[in-house]
Amino acid sequence: MARISGVDIPDNKRGEISLTYIYGIGRRSAQMILTKAGVDWNKKVGDWSDDESNAIRNVISEELKVEGVLKSEVQLSIKRLLDIGCYRGLRHRKGLPVRGQRTKNNARTRKGKRKTVANKKTALK
Amino acid sequence: MARSLKKGPYIDFRLENKVQIMSDSGKKSVIKTWSRRSMISPDFVGHTFAVHNGNKFIPVYVTENMVGHKLGEFAPTRNFRGHVAKKDRGKR
Repeated sequence: MARISGVDIPDNKRGEISLTYIYGIGRRSAQMILTKAGVDWNKKVGDWSDDESNAIRNVISEELKVEGVLKSEVQLSIKRLLDIGCYRGLRHRKGLPVRGQRTKNNARTRKGKRKTVANKKTALK
Repeated sequence: MARSLKKGPYIDFRLENKVQIMSDSGKKSVIKTWSRRSMISPDFVGHTFAVHNGNKFIPVYVTENMVGHKLGEFAPTRNFRGHVAKKDRGKR
């Protein structure tokens, strides 16, 4: 079990894939990290030597913001929008899509589960 | 899509002049504007703008955090008060 940037313990997959289990690392940055650390992309995490995993840890801590740091940064940016009272801040406050998507239907990711309104179709004369 | 960097930020030049005059004279009064599309430049900080929302002017006090946003972002054009309940429909 490899343990990189705190809590994350991805294993028995290729390094390129395994690293993406860390918040803030996708395929692209995983490949970048492995190239910089001089590790083959396809090598399974279990087969990494201690030197290799240390090199990977170094690259991550030097070049990227991951996990907690990144999460708090995102939260701060959202908080800034809320505080200045701009349109995007208002949308965050209301839990509606921020980037101008339609809300007549869909937008379920932001709005959450459907809240059914009672007596929707009573009058049918 | 974001505006090309080559062009620089868009600021209504009349509005810019007004702010300039205001800062030079050291006076502080509300600047009425319809130019919602103008970017808030660092010179605007500390001034109050009355931004038109299509109906009336919304007072916006510009702080440092707002630099880089547009004036219109701070004056909502729609006012959604919730849906009308079934019984009340028809009356309005």
